[in-house]
Amino acid sequence: MDHPNTIEAEKLVREFKKGPRAVDGIDLHVEAGEIYGFLGPNGAGKSTTVLMLTTLLPPTAGTARVGGYDVVHDGPHVRARIGAALQEAALDPLLTGREHLQLQAALQALPRDERGPRAKELLERVGLTDAADRKVRGYSGGMKRRLDLAMALVHRPRILFLDEPTTGLDVQSRTALWDEVGRLAREDGVTVFLTTQYLEEADVLADRVGIIDHGHIVAEGTPDALKAEIGRPTVEVIPAGNDGRGPVSAILERFGPLVPSSRGVAVRLEAGEAGLAEVVRALDADNLHVEHLELHSPSLDDVFLAKTGRSLEGHGAE
Amino acid sequence: MTTTIDQVALLARRSVLRTWRNPAATIFPLVFPMLLLAVNSGGLRAETHLPGFPTKSFVAFALAVPFIQGALFATMNAGTDLARDIESGFMSRLSLTPLRGAALLAGQLGGVIALGLVQACFYIAVGLVVGVRPAAGVGGVAVLLVFAAFIALAFGSLGATIAIRTGSTESVQSLFPVFFVFLFISSMNIPRNLISTTWFRDAATVNPVSYLLECVRSLIITGWNGEALGLGFGILAIVGTVGLSVASLALPKRLAR
Repeated sequence: MDHPNTIEAEKLVREFKKGPRAVDGIDLHVEAGEIYGFLGPNGAGKSTTVLMLTTLLPPTAGTARVGGYDVVHDGPHVRARIGAALQEAALDPLLTGREHLQLQAALQALPRDERGPRAKELLERVGLTDAADRKVRGYSGGMKRRLDLAMALVHRPRILFLDEPTTGLDVQSRTALWDEVGRLAREDGVTVFLTTQYLEEADVLADRVGIIDHGHIVAEGTPDALKAEIGRPTVEVIPAGNDGRGPVSAILERFGPLVPSSRGVAVRLEAGEAGLAEVVRALDADNLHVEHLELHSPSLDDVFLAKTGRSLEGHGAE
Repeated sequence: MTTTIDQVALLARRSVLRTWRNPAATIFPLVFPMLLLAVNSGGLRAETHLPGFPTKSFVAFALAVPFIQGALFATMNAGTDLARDIESGFMSRLSLTPLRGAALLAGQLGGVIALGLVQACFYIAVGLVVGVRPAAGVGGVAVLLVFAAFIALAFGSLGATIAIRTGSTESVQSLFPVFFVFLFISSMNIPRNLISTTWFRDAATVNPVSYLLECVRSLIITGWNGEALGLGFGILAIVGTVGLSVASLALPKRLAR
């Protein structure tokens, strides 16, 4: 029987004792070879979902099938098909990078003569060849994350779970990891389920995005479709003086609903981009001095804001 | 599919490697008991003049103590390493492989036994250098090594149990002072029959650590003593059986998958 490399969940629930419903009846369908970005703030239920889908945490209710197998009843079959890099890079500080990969290869039952070459290949792929024989305790955060990813790939899984793989990484390490994840999906056809709190990451990498908040999926679709749903751009105005916020707000209110802005005053333009010229004219007519004015196209944060009433920017990791 | 034996060997190798690469875990169990032996041998040497003291060499009498201290370090090492794996998420990574729970436990304890044997060889070598000649001869030394392996296994399983149940290195380390109290209220520094304070003698008599010490001591001082060996190995069998059983029962929950 041919099992698809898909991820499916139906009314999946996880409730902790004396705690809230971390995941509250979510439905998921991730196609084979797709990169699915699971976006949400701190405590939204992203990691709990990953733990259930990787068989590490039993669901309280609902069902999930990964690679065609039920995560509760067919755990060994699911684990044989998946690779996972969980939120913390799970490494032994006293072992070297190469030893980690060889141990993982052996435990994943790769034939003895394949273990060394596979470790070498993966070390090259994640750019750790030079550091291969150094103990992991001397690795930077980015190196640990890349080794963690390599370990998840040792047994050539068809489905890959990455739980906030780039949290805490510098831009260079983050970009390198994005490249590798993109390549895995494009060239190897690996299905990737990626949780992230970074809007840009979901935007750049994911074919489709699910936005989770308080254990519920509040929006799902391609990044472009989700942004198109919101449709209207935002204008952010930073007044020149401290006393300018009030008058600027009063003017901007005429063009649409005000939205949160940490730097100045922002409005979602009812008239779309065409409304920008009107805003500038209105500010000028009232002789209001402006330090900065910026037009923002709709972002995934706008989608999140529209669906939950809160902004995702600035939230910490789950 | 790797066999259980392959998996045990892989994890035992890792356990030995990480212990070897952590000087605190290797050197302290070797040096600390020897320092205590030197201090006690200097300060308590006069005990050998007591009527009924079993030997003229206090070092020979006290050489049993490092074997028990070594067991305490085995407990700490086994437990701390496992708890660290749980805290760091390494256990979750292992849970995603086809690793059998029994192999995980046996591999971890295999590494602890290896360290226990190295410690025992070191203690015996130091004893030989300072003139201690085991009364039970070469066969007695072999039994001492077997005892060292068993005590590392039995006490290591206790440390592993605490680690698996709590998942916390702090909880494992909190065992150390508890075990040390057991050591100090035993026949560690004086034979039970020469303890004059009644409550202390009674406490030492009900304390299983006394019989572990007397088992080792019999091989070094008096030669083959079936009763002492039976009690020592019997206690290890009970501790080991309880420790391994509880650890095995707790492991599936920790490896929840």
